[in-house]
Amino acid sequence: MTLLDVKDLRVAFDTPRGTVRAVDGISFTVEAGRTLGLVGESGSGKSVTSLAVMGLHRGAAVSGSIKLDGQELTGLGERELGVVRGRRIAMIFQDPLSSLHPFYTVGEQIAEHYRVHFRAGRKAGRARAVEMLAEVGIPEPARRVDEYPHQFSGGMRQRVMIAMALACEPELLIADEPTTALDVTVQAQILDLIARIQQERGLGVVMITHDLGVVARVAHEVLVMYGGRAAEQAPVDRLFAQPAHPYTRGLLDSLPRLDDADDAPLRAIPGSPPSLIAPAPGCSFAPRCARTIAASAEEHARCLAERPALDPLGTGHWAACHLPMVPSSGKAL
Amino acid sequence: MGEPLLSVRDLVKTFPGRRSRAGRAGAPIRAVDGVSFDLGAGETLGLVGESGCGKSTTGRMIVRLLDPTSGTVTFDGTEIGGLSQAQLRPHRRHLQMVFQDPYSSLNPRQTVARIISEPLLVQGTGAADARKRAAELMELVGLIPEHLDRYPHEFSGGQAQRIGIARSLATSPRLVIADEPVSALDVSIQAQVVNLMEQLQRELGLAYVFIAHDLSVVKRVCDRVAVMYLGRIVEIGDKAEVYGRPAHPYTKALLSAVPLPDPAAERARERIVLLGDPPSPANPPAGCGFHPRCPKAQEVCRTERPLLRIVGAGGAASGGAAAGGRQAACHFPEE
Repeated sequence: MTLLDVKDLRVAFDTPRGTVRAVDGISFTVEAGRTLGLVGESGSGKSVTSLAVMGLHRGAAVSGSIKLDGQELTGLGERELGVVRGRRIAMIFQDPLSSLHPFYTVGEQIAEHYRVHFRAGRKAGRARAVEMLAEVGIPEPARRVDEYPHQFSGGMRQRVMIAMALACEPELLIADEPTTALDVTVQAQILDLIARIQQERGLGVVMITHDLGVVARVAHEVLVMYGGRAAEQAPVDRLFAQPAHPYTRGLLDSLPRLDDADDAPLRAIPGSPPSLIAPAPGCSFAPRCARTIAASAEEHARCLAERPALDPLGTGHWAACHLPMVPSSGKAL
Repeated sequence: MGEPLLSVRDLVKTFPGRRSRAGRAGAPIRAVDGVSFDLGAGETLGLVGESGCGKSTTGRMIVRLLDPTSGTVTFDGTEIGGLSQAQLRPHRRHLQMVFQDPYSSLNPRQTVARIISEPLLVQGTGAADARKRAAELMELVGLIPEHLDRYPHEFSGGQAQRIGIARSLATSPRLVIADEPVSALDVSIQAQVVNLMEQLQRELGLAYVFIAHDLSVVKRVCDRVAVMYLGRIVEIGDKAEVYGRPAHPYTKALLSAVPLPDPAAERARERIVLLGDPPSPANPPAGCGFHPRCPKAQEVCRTERPLLRIVGAGGAASGGAAAGGRQAACHFPEE
């Protein structure tokens, strides 16, 4: 069942230096009980995409369609959006400490959403908070519900955030780099927790991360973003085994890996990510792309001049590349 | 290894505990609690561990950005741990540091020329020579020398980190302490900087202490690796041994927690998920610091602190840690 259906999403910000096209035509779907990994480097537009889905893009021009369970979310007023946000779509962020209010107990903060959305009283809210703390694996929940965020460790705070996000039983969870600030042993706990809750509730998850290891562990489908556009989209096994976009290949090659036998130099991607203010007419990766450089003059010119469309390359696999590393299946998206 | 370039012995750093509201000082925090290792010229030692394990504090004591509470740091035969800052100055040129955040470690109001030549000016080089050297260094780290008069904000994160590296190399050091030098960078840029550091090591014969939380990066760059937990080294040895056959249960758990960028391998591998968080150094557990999270902990682990000792075959024969053998601080190491 398609839970979230995003079509041709565009988000642009006006800045003194020009219009920044942070997201420039992204489409994806998230099924109930499945995880979409949204991967990209800083400035690739992955976080802006998630904020747009939540309707949290202040002052940005948004176009395209965002449908939750068939209901169109773009163009909804603040009040109608308030019913969706927190209740049906919840979000957790990278830094739990800055997302938690230092003056309120964690119990009050977990209960707040719940009480608003379910018109529950103080007592019912507190009971729900204790229940949620227990569900996310915080020991002695009845005692800790009255503690303040600073009394929790980093990993425990992220559990509190998850408890808060899930208190209203949302259908979709957007997790924006939820483990980036955590130590690796704690990261493993949090990823396991999200996976467990997803299984129990059939939750759809959008996992935004720069870490391809995290994607490999949790995602079912992956969308690789570059310069505000989709570079490649594929089921997780396919993406890692047969990446079609030279950028995806480059990312995988540039990673130092624990399971590498040999220590040859890393194959870095030369150059830096593109500017989003005046994007080049062609493929935004072309200036850094080894395949473009190696291509014939004619193909080279095409990469620089013509923006590649997202072409299908097999079941659920698309890449926006004139010179994909997997043969095109010929049908347009 | 002959005479080591850097020899650290029983290094300890305690910070005063936070004062309570009543004004009473809390218990002192032992951020680094007896760290010892040797590093040969041209070698790289990786210092890994989670936040709060004392790896950065150790690095800062080696370059004397922090004064050790006790213990010795011997650099090229001289004990520098107890020298005054003035006595230290002649040694400083051989001992430099690269920081994690390239922007906050570069003065935004200075030009790149000024930033890179600063260590040379401090060492008494003339302004014109220093500028010439700065241009050479720009080229060495893969930047355009014509950009000497630009300011840090005009560079991307990866380029700014190259400036930090150029500055650290200005005085032709023999040892560079790199504290999380690539963790603020994007993956595609991270590989560029790792390759640059490796290339500079080969060309200039540098030794690195490479401090990082990312075990994959450390595996790539180092010859030997020391795993820290709660202010102590819990395992140290050759990279191949520590990564291939970890002896300490913490090392094992740490390695198994790193997600591999390979979905099939991820599903197939055996993972040890540790419970709880790393404990606070303000209130360390008795006995082995790792025992509350250790899947193998026995009674003795709760009462008796394990010391680093040689594990595995070959360690004893090669003469211990100083000679590159592998040691672990565990009552029940994996043999």
